[in-house]
Amino acid sequence: MNDNNNDRNAAWREELRKSMTARERNAIERVEMPQLDPAYRITCNEEVNQGISAEQARREAQRCLDCPNPQCVTGCPVGIDIPGFVKNIERGEFGKAAATIKRTSSLPAVCGRVCPQEKQCESRCIRLKMKQPAVAIGYLERFAADWQLVHGAEEAAPEIVSNGIKVAVIGSGPSGLSFAGDMARRGFDVTVYEALHEIGGVLKYGIPEFRLPNSIVDHEIDGLRKMGVKFVKNVLVGRTLTYEDIHAEGFKGVFVGSGAGFPRFMNIAGENLNGVLSSNEYLTRINLMSAGRGGDTPAPIAKTIAVIGGGNTAMDSTRTALRMGAERVILVYRRSEDEMPARREEIGHAREEGVEFMTLHNPIEYLGDEKGHVRAMRVQRMELGEPDASGRRSPVPVEGAIEEIPVDLVIVAVGVQPNQLVPRSIEGLEVSRRNTIVVNEETMQSSVEDLYAGGDIVRGGATVILAMGDGRRAAENMAKQLLDKN
Amino acid sequence: MNKIVSKEFFSENVAKLVVEAPLIARARRAGHFVIVRCGEKGERIPLTIADADPAAGTITLVVQGVGESTRKINALNPGEFLTDVVGPLGQATRIERYGTVLCCGGGVGVAPLLPIIRAMKEAGNRVVSVLAGRSKDLIILEDEVRASSDDVIIMTDDGSYGKQGLVTVGVEDVIKREKVDKVVTIGPAIMMKFVSLLTKKYEIPTEASLNAIMVDGTGMCGACRVTVGGKTRFVCVEGPEFDAHEIDFDELLMRLKG
Repeated sequence: MNDNNNDRNAAWREELRKSMTARERNAIERVEMPQLDPAYRITCNEEVNQGISAEQARREAQRCLDCPNPQCVTGCPVGIDIPGFVKNIERGEFGKAAATIKRTSSLPAVCGRVCPQEKQCESRCIRLKMKQPAVAIGYLERFAADWQLVHGAEEAAPEIVSNGIKVAVIGSGPSGLSFAGDMARRGFDVTVYEALHEIGGVLKYGIPEFRLPNSIVDHEIDGLRKMGVKFVKNVLVGRTLTYEDIHAEGFKGVFVGSGAGFPRFMNIAGENLNGVLSSNEYLTRINLMSAGRGGDTPAPIAKTIAVIGGGNTAMDSTRTALRMGAERVILVYRRSEDEMPARREEIGHAREEGVEFMTLHNPIEYLGDEKGHVRAMRVQRMELGEPDASGRRSPVPVEGAIEEIPVDLVIVAVGVQPNQLVPRSIEGLEVSRRNTIVVNEETMQSSVEDLYAGGDIVRGGATVILAMGDGRRAAENMAKQLLDKN
Repeated sequence: MNKIVSKEFFSENVAKLVVEAPLIARARRAGHFVIVRCGEKGERIPLTIADADPAAGTITLVVQGVGESTRKINALNPGEFLTDVVGPLGQATRIERYGTVLCCGGGVGVAPLLPIIRAMKEAGNRVVSVLAGRSKDLIILEDEVRASSDDVIIMTDDGSYGKQGLVTVGVEDVIKREKVDKVVTIGPAIMMKFVSLLTKKYEIPTEASLNAIMVDGTGMCGACRVTVGGKTRFVCVEGPEFDAHEIDFDELLMRLKG
C-alpha cells in the first residue's frame, strides 16, 4: 500500500474504501480541535488551536466517504485534491498527504489555520446533506502540513528544471507567495520584492501569533527559498525601483500582489484624537514590531478598549487587546452577530476569552480629554431594517438612543482599501474607481501585457485563500504566455 | 543592512550620517524621506534625506537624538550598519520657476530643506533662505545653504549668531522688503504654524513639510494622519508637504504629543 498513485481507482484507495462499512464511518463523531483554556491563553501569545493527533486525524479521515464526485474540491479556491490527501491520512501516509496538498497550495500550514473552510470545502461536504457535521478538512489539512514541518527534512525537495526566465513579484503576502511557489515549480527564476523588513505581508503584520505563529509562516517561506525563490526586503516598487527598472533587470513578467494595506476610517468627530487608531496600526505595532514584547516600538496599552467592526481583523484586535492586558474589551458592531463577516470560530474564541459584544451599536463621535486623548465614545443604538446590496439586513439608527461609554483606546477595524502606491506608479495600468487593479478575471492579466495581479489589490479586501487562488491562476496563465513566446 | 560610511556631529545631539543606499540615492528627489530601523527589535523611524550621491551610492541623513531609537542610530559608528533603510518615500517637492522662493528652516529642518533650496535655485528661482535655531551651534548646514541661496538670514533665539529673534521676524523682514512668490517651511510644528499664520496674512502660497508619527511609512497604518482643508490625509503617502494654510496645526501638535 505504498504506491504514489492518488487516483480514486488506485488499488489502495479501493481497498481502503472497502475496509469499513458506511455505517461504521457514519458512527464516528467529528473530531474536536484541542484548544488552550481561555483563562490561560489570554495571559500569553501561544497558539490557541493545538492541532489534532495522528490518531484523531486517521479517525477523522475515516469519516470521509471518498465520494465518486467530490464536491469539496469545487469549494477550494486552489482546487486541492481533498479526498486524495484525506485518504492518504486515513492509510497513515502523512507525508504523501502533505505532498498532495503541496501540489496545488504553496502554504498548507497557513491555509489549514486561517482558511474559512466552513464556507468553502467543508460547506460542500456530503455529510452536511446527511445532516451530519462536515468532515473536518481544515483540521486534517493542518495536521498533514504540520506533520510535514516536523518530519519533512527527510524528504528531498521537488526536482526543478530551470527555464531561465526571470519573473518578479511585488509583495510577499499570500497571493505573491502562492504565485512565487507555482512559478518556481515550473522552473522560472522568481524574485519577490517586499516593502517591509519582514517577508509574509499580512500573514506577519496582520494575523496574530496566537492564530498563526510566525514560525509556521517562516517555515513555508523557507520552503520557497529551497525551491530557488529569492526574496528582497525593503524595496518599494514604484519608488525604490520603477517598473522600468525591473524590466531593465531582465524580468519578463511581473505579478502585483501588493495588498489592500490602506485603512478605512469612518470620518466621524474625534477620530483623529490620540488613542484612536486603525487595526492595521495596532496589529502592526504588536505583531510586526513586537511592541510591548521587547520591541523598541511603543505599544498602545489601555484598560478599556473599544474595537469597531465585525470582521476577522476586529476579532484579532479584541483578542490581542486582552493579551496586552486590557481589563475590558468591547466589540462595537452596527449589525447583529449573524451578519458579522468574521469566522464563527473567531467570534466564539473572542467570546470565550471575555470580549464584550456590543452589537447593533455604531460609534458616532469620540470625546477627548484636555490633552487630546480619547476618553469616551458616543454610540448610537441601531436596529435591523431591509436587506441592503450585500444581502444583509442594513442597520438603521434608533432615534434618540445614544449612549456615552468611557474608553481609553479605540481600534477602528472597519476595513481596508487598496494601497495606490504601486498601481499609480505603472503607466498604462487600468485601475478601477475603487483603486483596485483591473484584471481579466480568468487569467489575472492586467491592461499591461506582462503584468498580472491578484489578492486584495484586485479584490479590495478578501481572504488569504482567495488571494492564493489568484496567485495560482496568474502563475498558470503567465507561464503559458511566457513559454509560448519562447 | 546599510553601512554607515561617515558620521559627523553638528552638535551634541545632531549627527550627519552618510549611509550606503545605492537604489535610494538614484531614485530620491527633493522632499522624499526614508524609514530607518536600527537593531532587530528596532522601531521604524522616518528620516528626511538631506543629500544623495548617486555615483557613490550614498544618502545623507541628519538625525536629532530625541528618543531612544534616534540616539541608538546616532551611536552607530562608520563601518557599522543600519538594519533596514527603505525609500524614497512620500511625494517629491513640486519644483517650478515661481520667481522668488523663501525657504525657511528651523533646527534639523534645515537638512531636508537643503535639497529643496538647491532644486529651487536650479529651476531658476531667486532663493532667500531663513535659518533659525535656539543658539549658534544649532544652526546647521549654513555653508551648503549659502552656496545655493541668493541671500541667507540667520535667526537665533538667544542672539548668539545672526539676528536675535524668532524665525517669523526674519521671514517678515524679507516679505516686507521684496515680493515673495512662494514659501517653503520645514522645522518644528510650532514654528511652521507661526510661519504659516504669517504668510497667510500676506497671502503667499506656502508649503510645510510635516513630521508625523509613522510605523510603516507606506500608507498601511494611518498613524500619520493629519487634517488638511478639513479632510484627513496621510503624511507618508500624500505628504510630507501640504498647503500650510490648510493644515490643522493644532491637531498635529496634539498628535505629536500623544
